Amino acid sequence: MDFVKMLTEENAYMFNSLWVFIAAVFVFFMQAGFACCESGFARSKNACNIWLKNFCDFCVGAIVYYFIGFGLMYGDDWNGVIGISGFFNPLSQNLAVWEGLGISKEIFLLFQTMFCATTATIISGSVAERFKFNSYLIVSVVMTGFVYPVVGHWIWGGGWLANLGFADFAGSTAVHSVGAYAAFMGALLVGPRKGKYEDGKVKAIPGHNIPMGILGVFILWLGWYGFNPGSELALDHTTFYTTITTTYAACAGGLVALFVSWIKYKKPDPTLAVNGALCGLVGICTGVASVSISGSLIIGAICGLALVFAIEFVDKVIKVDDPVGAISIHGCGGILGTLLGGLLSVEQGLLYGNGVGYFLAQVIGVVSVGAFCIIVTFILYTVLKKTIGIRVSEEEEIIGLDLEEHGMVAYPDNME
Amino acid sequence: MKETGISNVVVIFKPDKFSILKESLKGVGILGMTVTHVEGCGLQGGRIEHYRGAEIEVDLLPKTKVEIIVPEEKVNEVVLAVKSVLKTGKMGDGKIFIYDVGQIIRISNDAEGFDALEIKK
Repeated sequence: MDFVKMLTEENAYMFNSLWVFIAAVFVFFMQAGFACCESGFARSKNACNIWLKNFCDFCVGAIVYYFIGFGLMYGDDWNGVIGISGFFNPLSQNLAVWEGLGISKEIFLLFQTMFCATTATIISGSVAERFKFNSYLIVSVVMTGFVYPVVGHWIWGGGWLANLGFADFAGSTAVHSVGAYAAFMGALLVGPRKGKYEDGKVKAIPGHNIPMGILGVFILWLGWYGFNPGSELALDHTTFYTTITTTYAACAGGLVALFVSWIKYKKPDPTLAVNGALCGLVGICTGVASVSISGSLIIGAICGLALVFAIEFVDKVIKVDDPVGAISIHGCGGILGTLLGGLLSVEQGLLYGNGVGYFLAQVIGVVSVGAFCIIVTFILYTVLKKTIGIRVSEEEEIIGLDLEEHGMVAYPDNME
Repeated sequence: MKETGISNVVVIFKPDKFSILKESLKGVGILGMTVTHVEGCGLQGGRIEHYRGAEIEVDLLPKTKVEIIVPEEKVNEVVLAVKSVLKTGKMGDGKIFIYDVGQIIRISNDAEGFDALEIKK
């Protein structure tokens, strides 16, 4: 019997709220994970800039989401496309979403805010070391005030994808793919870092602090224990189950990426191995509550395998410069995870003989969300490019964004 | 430049050998030195590694540079002390460079030359 079911209704409400609050705090800490990861895999001259971008997209995102985003996502539905109420002060309005919620409204808003900010912060890694700070803030506003909430409404706000049968438990598509599409368009339109592609050759630009990057991955993994189990929005057996599928997908992803890099490049690459674990974590978000434990291992393994090839494909074939691999981790993991959820869900999946319906809905979800995000973010970056510009000057890029944009360096040697 | 009769012995070698070199120098009475962590390339050459799937040439290897200021007549003794611990006969043992020192001035008491080295001759 569920522990919470033994409690009075009021006590269950408090317990569930407390759990989701703790989960929200875990997800908040993922911002630190992203910052460690991204700055560690970039050069020291841009470290402050990356940390500040990760800090600011949260501050901007939380406020924009409160005033606009939440209403678009969870406001009363308009034709399955967007929410049209709950703007400016969602907590004091009568919204359909508040009914039968089972947890505190404030905690629900907080948890959703963390997810929104996670989506926005994915971008900073892919455009690292060359994207203008002021333009980045505007990108954060549009991501948290429009792109993420609209897709979120389709999937979680009772929109058309939800009605179609599309299901994404913790956001392989709703969070990670959305962030990845925006990151991809950003990296594509801002162009590669100076010196990345010269004379048709692909040059490696090593990160300045690999241990910090890996620490970031550990922090992200820890945050995922809030991200996935918290998405149940209650404390019950499903919550506990998701902790296990989350763990195994990450381990499988990490190990497979480790061995693939070992075979391909003769030595096990630490950065690819930890990226593989992240890709597994992204991939398991959709099916975290619905696949079997072996299903979670399979999803993690496929994501880890795909990750190494995706990194090479992005880097060497389409030549989009992504210093931290966020496009591959969140994009590849997001798409694969959403589709594999449709195949491996025990109760609905195609491979368990449940018919093609759920899988088809997942395919439609991946395609439609991809098309929407790519078009909207293409317009966003193009408008910014034509107006205030999205790329720092060449001189600024050489000197480093820390000194030029913020007037400081990350690691002063104190030689005055 | 004045003939001071003082030399600067510069040794560049693999960082892991520093502590035995210091001990060996202590054995011939050398207690003062300036140490720098440096990077360099030479006959050892570089090698190709991979970073996230992209090839990268690692040709600068970490080295340690030790500078010792001694009277000319002590140079041979120092060189022998250095060789005794660094020489394996293989590539990458390092190099010794010997320069004349034009002048030495101790800032605290304006002493010059040998007096600045605090060596009684």
